[in-house]
Amino acid sequence: MNASHFIDRRKNPKGKSLGNRQRFLKRARAQIKEAVNKSLRERSLKEIDKGEKISIPAKSTAEPRFRHDPETGEREVVHPGNKEFGQGDKIKKPPKGAGKGQGKKASTEGDSEDSFQFTLTQDEFLDIFFEDLELPNLVKRSLKEIKATAWKRAGITAAGSPTNMNLIRTMRNAHGRRLALKRPSTREMNALKERLFQLERIAQPGEEEVAEKKSILAKLEEMEARRRWAPFIDPLDVRYNAYEPTPVETTAAVMFCLMDVSGSMGEREKDLAKRFYMLLYLFLKRRYERVEVVFIRHTHHAEEVDEETFFYSRQSGGTVVSTALEKMLEVQKERFPAHEWNIYVAQASDGFTQSGDAKQCVQLLQDAVMPVSQYYAYIEILDERELEVFSSEDSGAELWRAYRTFAPAWPNFAQTRIARPQDIFPVFRELFSKSKREAA
Amino acid sequence: MSELAAKPDLLFSGADWDFETLQRTLDAIEEIALNDLKLDVYPNQIEIISSEQMLDAYSSHGMPLMYKHWSFGKHFARDQMMYQKGYTGLAYEIVINSDPCIAYLMEENTMTMQALVMAHASFGHNHFFKNNYLFRQWTDAEGILSYLDFAKKYIAKCEDEYGFEEVEAILDAAHALMDQGVFRYNRPPRLSEADRMAKLARRAEHEEMTFNDIWRTLPNTEEDEEEKEVRQQEVRFIKLPEENLLYFIEKASPILRPWQRELVRIVRHIAQYFYPQKQTKVMNEGCATFVHHYIMNELYNQGRIGEGTIMEFLHSHSSVVFQPDFDDPRYSGINPYALGFAMMEDIRRICERPGDEDRELFPDIAGLSQKGGDWRDVLKDAWANFRDESFILQYLSPKVTRDFHLFAIADDAKEAHVEVSAIHDERGFRRVRERLAAMYDLGMHDPNIQVVAADLEGDRTLHLRHEVHNGRALSEKTKDAVLTHIETLWGHEVDLQEKPA
Repeated sequence: MNASHFIDRRKNPKGKSLGNRQRFLKRARAQIKEAVNKSLRERSLKEIDKGEKISIPAKSTAEPRFRHDPETGEREVVHPGNKEFGQGDKIKKPPKGAGKGQGKKASTEGDSEDSFQFTLTQDEFLDIFFEDLELPNLVKRSLKEIKATAWKRAGITAAGSPTNMNLIRTMRNAHGRRLALKRPSTREMNALKERLFQLERIAQPGEEEVAEKKSILAKLEEMEARRRWAPFIDPLDVRYNAYEPTPVETTAAVMFCLMDVSGSMGEREKDLAKRFYMLLYLFLKRRYERVEVVFIRHTHHAEEVDEETFFYSRQSGGTVVSTALEKMLEVQKERFPAHEWNIYVAQASDGFTQSGDAKQCVQLLQDAVMPVSQYYAYIEILDERELEVFSSEDSGAELWRAYRTFAPAWPNFAQTRIARPQDIFPVFRELFSKSKREAA
Repeated sequence: MSELAAKPDLLFSGADWDFETLQRTLDAIEEIALNDLKLDVYPNQIEIISSEQMLDAYSSHGMPLMYKHWSFGKHFARDQMMYQKGYTGLAYEIVINSDPCIAYLMEENTMTMQALVMAHASFGHNHFFKNNYLFRQWTDAEGILSYLDFAKKYIAKCEDEYGFEEVEAILDAAHALMDQGVFRYNRPPRLSEADRMAKLARRAEHEEMTFNDIWRTLPNTEEDEEEKEVRQQEVRFIKLPEENLLYFIEKASPILRPWQRELVRIVRHIAQYFYPQKQTKVMNEGCATFVHHYIMNELYNQGRIGEGTIMEFLHSHSSVVFQPDFDDPRYSGINPYALGFAMMEDIRRICERPGDEDRELFPDIAGLSQKGGDWRDVLKDAWANFRDESFILQYLSPKVTRDFHLFAIADDAKEAHVEVSAIHDERGFRRVRERLAAMYDLGMHDPNIQVVAADLEGDRTLHLRHEVHNGRALSEKTKDAVLTHIETLWGHEVDLQEKPA
């Protein structure tokens, strides 16, 4: 009968092919990157941190083999499902190119000769997405918060608690010592005992046998002594895994989202701002272990709200931008001391504020906000028509002009304009691109 | 549960399974497979895996152990997407030609599917692997797993030592020649190869046992004089022309270092291991499908599976053996399951209820059952001694030709028309059979490229020749890319001539 048996492998570690996947992504890196960037231009940022189906040219990862050229020579192929053909029937070949119609169709839907489609995971996608982007290299980035201590392996020691005993090392040492001290093995002893047993069973032992018996007994005794003297495991052999506590440093960042929610900011403007915030949030999340987000909305007075309210509820009132900055400072002082947190501020506005308030804002920024912040991004959200009007950097709404005067003094201050969703990613890249940082 | 209570003989009812049910069902299947069909199988090892693990196994030739390479990652990415989007289902099983015979069952399968798959893989394929002459002669079922294990570790070590890129370059190049890396006609120098494999596996094992940081031996960088002498001796024994490009390159390449030769050898061994499978798709699947069909029906006849189960089984079975017509959008060639199963059933029919044409064409087996013979023996003889090409030539009957409405199309690239050269009638039957058989001759299918000369003392150019058959030239699309790969392995100029046969 056959010995059939079942093995349950479902609990085996998954991702056996991870190594293969990494090799594959590495190989097609350039093409994948291009595909990711292309897909970004085309689609909404809402699902930015989801995995993404991308399609890369098949050539980059082709596995060529020698093949026959289908357009040369003769061949005779058997097919099933004949309906009306008779022997000798001639069928006109489809014109060249048309015959490939099916292949062409397939290429837009799925995988074909020319392209290769697959899905990137969220992590892989973000990796490629944020490649070449760097956080502004600012003083405080090295700030660390010590959150916890963790035990780390720190080699082997001769002293420790029994639970940490390293069996392999211990047994290896013991083995070496036993060899060196020539400890008689159990097998040798058993062989002698066996012989002794045989001898003892002889009813009338001869002289020779008596002598052998004696010598065996003596030898056994000596071996016993030796074994006592060179034990199987000696306290000297024992080794322990050593652990030592190491502080784990975590870096934390807080991101303040400030937004004007007065009547002049419509759904479209808020949506654009939201996309920018999302990008910034994802980006920070990849760089810091902890990222807190504070939403502050303002009209003529500012308040801290939750995300839902921030983006979707409306409020009417005038516009006083400086109130938001004041609120932000208040929250920051209360909950996010500057020596513990990396502080990022992103402000979105349509650029209009009560007359005279712009000056107040600049004052606040200069005196209080910029000194504690890592980075301050001001995004002015415009109409597409307005963008044309304000094509020059110098012209603009009141806030923009005011910020322009003060920005040069602060390298970690950035202001930019967005009018269409497709501007967001380029603008974002521009703000954080490595090369620009290095140049700056 | 009510069905089970009403019919105590039932092995199971409903879709859920547990190990107890699996074991009980396996025993019942085994009973039929061994005592009724009298199959001869390796011991079975059946592993339950998740769909993700199935995808894993899929992407690397269906082997449980495989070295790492980006192309497997690529296949995985594609299969995963196809699967997640629902374009394709996963195979219900993967089975490995090894001793013990390892079959994978997916945990998502219903109990009916598990039964089907066990009958199909653990007895059908298993019997075929153990008995078919190609597998017996050309592959080494006992050694394959330890060899793959060795290959995986060896390649990982090489990656550590020489870097990803170096290893990848060699593997890429060797993969491009896999179709030209097998011995087709003459048997491979089997004994010495088997010895080598065993030796290497033993060496790997030994290294594992005596692992020591100080003495860790790296894959050797330089070959010593003795090794070189042996290798050059082997090169002198190669009679040109040589059809196995990988073998020739591995032995004779002027530039490869020993570890690189080993990589080429690994790829070559794997190509050779899969070569019998490529030559017996129709038979292998036909055998397994016939066996599962017989066993499931027998279980039903014995009252051990219920109505619902047999209906579910028939549903899966008929989609497995579905053959779309040539003008159907789903058509992508002849379905080996369909053709294989139809031919196996047909052989049984010829034995039991032959018609006049069968008596004329198959005098040896027609009506054998009435003469006290057994169709089982006829099938087992066919499974053991044929490959697809010869099997079709020998056993394709006019009835199967008619059932499939087979017809042959002659296509000359120079002509504006294709011609129907034969159909499933009396006149055309032999021609259809001969053409169909030829389609399964891999020697005709893969371009026939041979080493004709290599000037090892002089300018070291490697001369290859493509034996052109029926005017079919090599596709320009891939030719140069493959030649570049060969140059990577050879290190000097490579010259490929097309020679009309």
